[in-house]
Amino acid sequence: MIEIDRVSKRYGDAAVVDDVSLTIPAGGVVAIVGPNGAGKSTLLSIVGRLIKADAGRVRIDDLDVATTPGRELARRLSVMRQENHVVARLTVRDLIAFGRFPHNRGRPNRDDADRVAEAIAFVGLTAEADRFLDQLSGGQRQRAFVAMTLAQDADYALFDEPLNNLDIHHAVALMRLFRRMGEQPGKTVVIVLHDLNVAATYADRVVVLKNGRVAGDGPPAEVIDQRLLSEVFRVDGDVLEIDGRRVITVAR
Amino acid sequence: MSAPSRPLAIAAVVATAVPLVAASLVIGGGYTWSDVLAGDGDGGLVLLASRVPRTLALLLAGAGLAVSGILMQMIARNRFVEPSTAGTVESAGLGILLTLLFMPGAPVVVRMTVAAGVALAGSALFLTLVGRLPLGSALMVPLIGIMLGGIFDAATGFLAYRFDLMQSMGAFGSGDFSIVLRGRYEFLWVIAALVAAAYATAARFTILGMGEAVATGVGLDYRRLVVFGLAIVSVVTAAVVVTVGAVPFVGLIVPNVVSLVLGDDLRKTLPVVAAGGGLLVLASDVAGRLIIAPYEIPVGTIMGVVGSLGFLMLIFGRRHAA
Repeated sequence: MIEIDRVSKRYGDAAVVDDVSLTIPAGGVVAIVGPNGAGKSTLLSIVGRLIKADAGRVRIDDLDVATTPGRELARRLSVMRQENHVVARLTVRDLIAFGRFPHNRGRPNRDDADRVAEAIAFVGLTAEADRFLDQLSGGQRQRAFVAMTLAQDADYALFDEPLNNLDIHHAVALMRLFRRMGEQPGKTVVIVLHDLNVAATYADRVVVLKNGRVAGDGPPAEVIDQRLLSEVFRVDGDVLEIDGRRVITVAR
Repeated sequence: MSAPSRPLAIAAVVATAVPLVAASLVIGGGYTWSDVLAGDGDGGLVLLASRVPRTLALLLAGAGLAVSGILMQMIARNRFVEPSTAGTVESAGLGILLTLLFMPGAPVVVRMTVAAGVALAGSALFLTLVGRLPLGSALMVPLIGIMLGGIFDAATGFLAYRFDLMQSMGAFGSGDFSIVLRGRYEFLWVIAALVAAAYATAARFTILGMGEAVATGVGLDYRRLVVFGLAIVSVVTAAVVVTVGAVPFVGLIVPNVVSLVLGDDLRKTLPVVAAGGGLLVLASDVAGRLIIAPYEIPVGTIMGVVGSLGFLMLIFGRRHAA
């Protein structure tokens, strides 16, 4: 369980995350959506202990992320950020193998090699495994970083806008992969998304942020509605229901 | 290119090392191998007192500088950074001047420790600057380092001039191994220990090259690791500058060439980087002894020429990769 308890983060005068309290139970796929500047990435980074909150605290299975040793936390929680500027020239396999670092501290054994091969196959990069990252396309690189997270095998996997730079084919493949991850026992996937249709299709639960506050929280069928479109996202459009799924169309 | 071939790299290192070391042990000694083996003249003495120490000093300094270069590149996440483009060398020089000013009779250990401390502060200042400034291009990073180094150099020059220490400081300017004798280089062995420490933590430094978020994500203490890396770089740089003077660009050229061929998984490549650095400096020194024999061109000068050319080629070749 992820417990976010009255967390705030300010940059200058602007409160980017404003007194947010949220409980995310273990299991399934959770999407965090909201307009630009709503504080989605900041909140995710605070949960992933990449940014320190100004106030409040975050606990992962009763471990406070601000005080738990990094090594212990890394086995429970993985984070993939939006931008992954890597100066080290690594092969796909090397990169993904570093996902095992919390488990082996840099000394891989046979079990690690198997898990790395599994992660590579999971994202469909087996043919590219021995190529350098700088020889891959943007989408392949993105998948390599996802595989690194897979290899880390944490109970909670956080992803910040993982679909950036991906065409629809790879975006769908990746979302299916996240669903498979989230359906494994004891695994929870939290994803910051900007596409409401993607969130509606793949998430078990949608958390809506606006101006640093929670503006909605629940299953897609409850959260994604006309009011969300007009009040939170300020667009004219319709929310349809097709095969029991919410689908958004916007007015021209 | 895929599946980088490490055995090939090791074979190349050995094939280069054997003749270079053999050459370095005789060139400029005034004797030949047959003299030494026959026990004729002072050949054996010169070999042990001068040529062996000089060769070891060259290998140690080169290895240390090349490893410092790759560590700096991972820490700053920039391909063009090394001790001489990050203010490290120049702040070490400032440290040496401070010891000459305030502790003129201090032993080499003290001088080196102070130089390492000031170098650490100078490199940390460099990292803080590049972290704070909005940088449009990867090339801005070494430019800031070179400017910062210029400021340290100017301060050192001013103080040295003011207190009549220009001549004493001149010795640290351009790396020169002709002064290396038994009893006067042993301090460089600290480099061997530091290179070993870097190798033992190679996985961590590779992760550092993936940035703070990834490092934190897999459970590393990012700040502590940066300080540890900078400490290695600062002590290596200070040891080299105090013992033989500055040797620029080794840390730039060797890691970049190794990276292009073998990649950057430091667990695999760090030994190759160290060996490559040692051999490059050794080769430059042997060349320096031959070009205007019986006089010598200091290795710092040769590396300055070779290195700045290499630096330019890197800038044109890896602008986008950095």
